Amino acid sequence: MNPYTETEKFEKARLSEIDSSMRWPTLLFLTSAVLWLFFGSALGLINMVKLIHPQFLANCEWFTFGRVQAAFINSMIYGWGFNVAFAVGLWIMARLCQTKIRHVGILLIAGIFWNASLDSGIASILLGNFNSAKWLELPKLVTPILIFSYALIGVWGIIAFRYRQSKHIYISQLYILAALFWFPWLYTIAQFTNVFEPIRGTIQAISNAWYIFNLFGLWITPIALAAAYYLIPKVIGKPIYAYNSAFLGFWSLALVSTWIGGNYLIGGPVPSWVITIGIVANILMLIPVLIIGINHQFTLFSNFKKILTSPTLLFIAFGSINFVLLKFIEVAISMRGISEVVQFTYFYEAHAYHGIYAFFSMIMFGSIYFLVPRILQIEWPSAKLIKLHFLCCAIGVTGIIIALSIGGWIQGTQLNNAEISFMEIVNSSKLSLKFQIIFGIIIAIGQLAFTINFFCLLLAFIRGQCKYLCSTYCNCAKEAPTHA
Amino acid sequence: MKNMPLVFCGIFFSLAVAWVGLIMSSQIQYGDLKITTETLDPDTKEPIAGDPYFPEETPGLAKEGKQVYISMGCVYCHTQQVRRKGFGADYERGWGKRQTVARDYILQNDVLLGTYRIGPDLMNVGERVDKDSGEKWLHQKLYDPQISAAGSNMPPYQFLYRKQLIGVDGASDNALALPANLEPEPGYEIVPTKRAEALVAYLLSLKLNYDLPEAKRE
Repeated sequence: MNPYTETEKFEKARLSEIDSSMRWPTLLFLTSAVLWLFFGSALGLINMVKLIHPQFLANCEWFTFGRVQAAFINSMIYGWGFNVAFAVGLWIMARLCQTKIRHVGILLIAGIFWNASLDSGIASILLGNFNSAKWLELPKLVTPILIFSYALIGVWGIIAFRYRQSKHIYISQLYILAALFWFPWLYTIAQFTNVFEPIRGTIQAISNAWYIFNLFGLWITPIALAAAYYLIPKVIGKPIYAYNSAFLGFWSLALVSTWIGGNYLIGGPVPSWVITIGIVANILMLIPVLIIGINHQFTLFSNFKKILTSPTLLFIAFGSINFVLLKFIEVAISMRGISEVVQFTYFYEAHAYHGIYAFFSMIMFGSIYFLVPRILQIEWPSAKLIKLHFLCCAIGVTGIIIALSIGGWIQGTQLNNAEISFMEIVNSSKLSLKFQIIFGIIIAIGQLAFTINFFCLLLAFIRGQCKYLCSTYCNCAKEAPTHA
Repeated sequence: MKNMPLVFCGIFFSLAVAWVGLIMSSQIQYGDLKITTETLDPDTKEPIAGDPYFPEETPGLAKEGKQVYISMGCVYCHTQQVRRKGFGADYERGWGKRQTVARDYILQNDVLLGTYRIGPDLMNVGERVDKDSGEKWLHQKLYDPQISAAGSNMPPYQFLYRKQLIGVDGASDNALALPANLEPEPGYEIVPTKRAEALVAYLLSLKLNYDLPEAKRE
């Protein structure tokens, strides 16, 4: 009655061996990611309140709006985003390459260094020592340590790839490999041109915009897409629809998305060709987006029932649909006529939530729900909490995006009408900011459910380990007299 | 996907080519912009001798103030760029009499174009405030934005000010004039710290009150 054939059994055993070799580094990265998410969300909530009640925490210099904003962005991206990307990316890489990760100690030390330097970076942002370039606020003293620890972490993905046992290269491997190479180059270049040796005048702004869009396009996006490409067919049990076109999707993404950035500066003091290239690249991005969208959605919706029953698929379906939506919105707002309205407004804030939260984070949550039970060999303690997490996140983030988009649009049209005074604009945008708080709290509830579920699972794992150690120790103790 | 060196080259060049095409090309195109006079000599296209050069270097205290501006994260709510007349309403709102161009920023070590206008643009704030009472007004604004704009969502920066005993010579020159409900107890006054002085000096130094050959005020 064994449903598995001999080869399948062998395959399963090998995968679980790889999983257990990835256990400790993945646990470290995931625990830090969850803690950063918690911390970052708290900062985000503080600032949501501050936008309506500027007196809130106003007398403490550490918590002034600007600093909290910088700390919020950086803890969400480098804290939550990078840690979870390390965990998910390296785990998928190891599984697809069918290699065990050796010398895990170095990976653990590098992970601790990454997080420790990030801690001090965020602390120094709150103390007021940070750079003015967006997404590059972390102070000069911290970034070399970050890059160094990144090198030690990223190299494990590349080593796994170098010693891969699999004959074929799967599309997820390509995405992760490329992201592992792209990020350090991008980060070093941006650090050089914006922080260490700032280039002249508004070229800084071009380089900063280019960095922001590429960090999203060349690190955050590929990791999330790799996870979706790996987990959708895995859970659905069917290969990716039109799989061969996935490689075309990858290469067109690599060639096109690197040129995005100029569209962020429409109307700004930069050459108009930089802006035009950004707009053109954004439109061309629709090619990979459509390919990837077809790959994902057609596979997903071939088995609709499965999506509703598997939390992993639920999160990933939500994220991958939002990827397509996000990119279409991005094309729209990079048009000069629309940008004239939405630029400098809350609409861009909504767009940031869309990219980081509705797309990237949701796919990462889905991956976490899949990988943690396999790595620790324990099931999630509560299915209800998972459902709560999904509902809260989906409702909360959709609500924030809609509230801020509408609010941003109104704000933009009012800004472009000089007859409306600035204070009137401030007052009329308060309604959407109130909605932002409500939906922010809903997200926070979901986050809390996730955190509780995660730490309960961790606790169960630790208890299991203790029992295991205890029983081995007791057995030894029992055996001891016979040896004597 | 068998040819790994080719894959690697693809990954490398996709980023490198875009960097050359965007950042390096911009640097080649206008990385050597120089300060210049408001109009050029019509024949030689050279700056006119004897005319003042623009943009001007930021004065010392204002430079310190710029660091305070950065460390308070003002850039998250305020832009420093004026879009051209007809694109948005920057001109009509009085944020600047001309659009800002690349040359306006060449002397700045940190270019703070900004990305959000939760507050108004500050490119020309030094010109917009009143010449005589502007400094006092800005201090008051930083101490409590609600005084001049009830309902504003700008945070107060009271930690940049300190309360001190009024000396025997009477109130200090730089003491803040506050409405009755915010005034400290009798015998005391609120004065700006060094950082607040620097920040206000920086804000007052932000002026778009000159022409450039490529951008004339209207």
